[in-house]
Amino acid sequence: MQFWVVQTLNSLALGGLLFLLSSGFSLIFGLMRIANLTHGAFFMLGAYIGVTFMKNGVTNLWLAALLGGLCIALIGGLFERFVLRALAGNSQGQVLVTLGVSLIVSDLCLIIWGGDPIPIPTPEGLRLPLKVLDFTFPAYRLVVVVIAIATALGLYFLIERTRLGAMIRAGVDDMQMARAVGIPVSRLFTTVFCLGAALAGMGGIIGGPILSAYPGLDADMLPLALIVVILGGVGSLVGAFVGSFIIGFVYTFGIALLPDLAYVILFLPMIVVIAFRPRGLFGKVSA
Amino acid sequence: MGKAQKIWWGILAVAMVGLPFAAGEFYVNLLSQIFIAVIFAAALNLLVGYGGLTSLGHASFLGVAAYISAWLFLKMGWSHLVIAPIAIIGTTLLACAFGWISLRATGLGFLMLTLALSQVLWGLGYRWVGVTDGDNGLRGLTRPQPFGIDLENATNFYFFALIVTAVALMLIARFVHSPFGAALRGTRDQPRRMSALGYNVWMVRWLTFVYSGFWVAVAGMLFIYYNKYIHPSSLSLTASAEALLAVIAGGAGTLGGPVVGAVIVVLLKNYVSSYVERWNMLLGFVFVFIVIFMPEGLVPGVKRLWLRFFVKPVVVPPEAAAGKEGQP
Repeated sequence: MQFWVVQTLNSLALGGLLFLLSSGFSLIFGLMRIANLTHGAFFMLGAYIGVTFMKNGVTNLWLAALLGGLCIALIGGLFERFVLRALAGNSQGQVLVTLGVSLIVSDLCLIIWGGDPIPIPTPEGLRLPLKVLDFTFPAYRLVVVVIAIATALGLYFLIERTRLGAMIRAGVDDMQMARAVGIPVSRLFTTVFCLGAALAGMGGIIGGPILSAYPGLDADMLPLALIVVILGGVGSLVGAFVGSFIIGFVYTFGIALLPDLAYVILFLPMIVVIAFRPRGLFGKVSA
Repeated sequence: MGKAQKIWWGILAVAMVGLPFAAGEFYVNLLSQIFIAVIFAAALNLLVGYGGLTSLGHASFLGVAAYISAWLFLKMGWSHLVIAPIAIIGTTLLACAFGWISLRATGLGFLMLTLALSQVLWGLGYRWVGVTDGDNGLRGLTRPQPFGIDLENATNFYFFALIVTAVALMLIARFVHSPFGAALRGTRDQPRRMSALGYNVWMVRWLTFVYSGFWVAVAGMLFIYYNKYIHPSSLSLTASAEALLAVIAGGAGTLGGPVVGAVIVVLLKNYVSSYVERWNMLLGFVFVFIVIFMPEGLVPGVKRLWLRFFVKPVVVPPEAAAGKEGQP
């Protein structure tokens, strides 16, 4: 029984991290029609920058996550403004550039931080497992789930209830009309890209105590995010949320029960959804 | 084919056949590697260039063909003669399945699906230790001996790879120039019109995917014979990206482009990795450079410059130009 409880919590925690990663990917894709393949690299870079902050005076993980997220947002913003913007309208070129930059970033991380995994310490006070009835819960994972749900609510509020959100929705639905009625689509692009990058970077640090920072983290996370987005539907926040937790469960239990074939099991929900709903569970726009 | 063209092809053929007798073993082996990359890139180009479908997961087929071959040889002890068709057919069947899944979408969705599928296989290569030996890779293979010719010899292998590459390129060119190839280009440029004309756009794309997968499987066989070793990194995104870079750098949608691109990528990789271990970064920079500054690729780019500077512009009457449009 303890096994199932812990694995369930692990699944939820992974699902939460995947949501932080894939919500940004999905928003960027929905608005800008860019499959941002640097997203995994942003996640990894966030983890590395966060751990660097923590080794240099910022002892609080949450503060490090905030600072790291800001750094990644800045990097993402510069990348969008000066590189992706030069290729506006050429979505295949943009994808290839994001691919190239992701290769550059992951190699840079290898140069700067070396090849050994860097553990990120769990914050004080969350290290002890929580005891409820007869079960023990790793407290930090619970907090990760709570953060993911809070982020999801925050994003939902942002998209559905604010002026900025209304503009984003307008851009997703019909870019040309949005432009025509005076929505500054160009600034919107940069904002959304920064937001998505920041979420990925923060996800990297918050996931640090569970995953640690290691070379190849980007290549491990990106496919999971892709599968989440394919499953949930591009441009859909609800889809990213549901997809994240589905993949979190499938992957965690797959690893626990059939370690050799966990990756094949990842296929299954994706194939079932693709077969019956090519746009994903909640997708409105076709990819 | 014009007379000048025939002469150039003749020179090229003589050079390719004569080269192993003039150059050292290092260069012979380098060319063998180039041949493998050329088949890979030319096959990928069918989808990327002629089909307008950018696949970021084609290393799957190279890796899977190599893994099937290595596994059957090492664990089952079968002979190369039996293994080769099984590996190629098995990989082609995988391409049938992957094509069916990926072609549920087009454009970026297709790209994401091919990437996700190939990354799943890559993860499997690392984790399914019972079959793939994980990070150690499968080693201890031999090269086959068709008709008693020992391919362990670098020159023999060179000619073997040369023949396979020549056949592959001829059949790929044949495919492109066939009516089916014209239909494929039609589905790239005007899918809705093609559909209105009665073409099954999905089927055209799927068959191309399978055909492309078949040739990548052939490249995978050459790869495993050449290296006698297979590691999960052959299934990685970097491996797919290298092939895609070869296609795009050379010029997608041209027959010569992927060949030139593959030569450049292999030379770059060998040259750079002998000095610094920063291949990924260089690959990234070349990607960004090509996409931003030379989106059409080297072959069409150089051709355009050549025509501008060395060939007098010919004024084509409008009717003739209009009539030419439909021709491949």
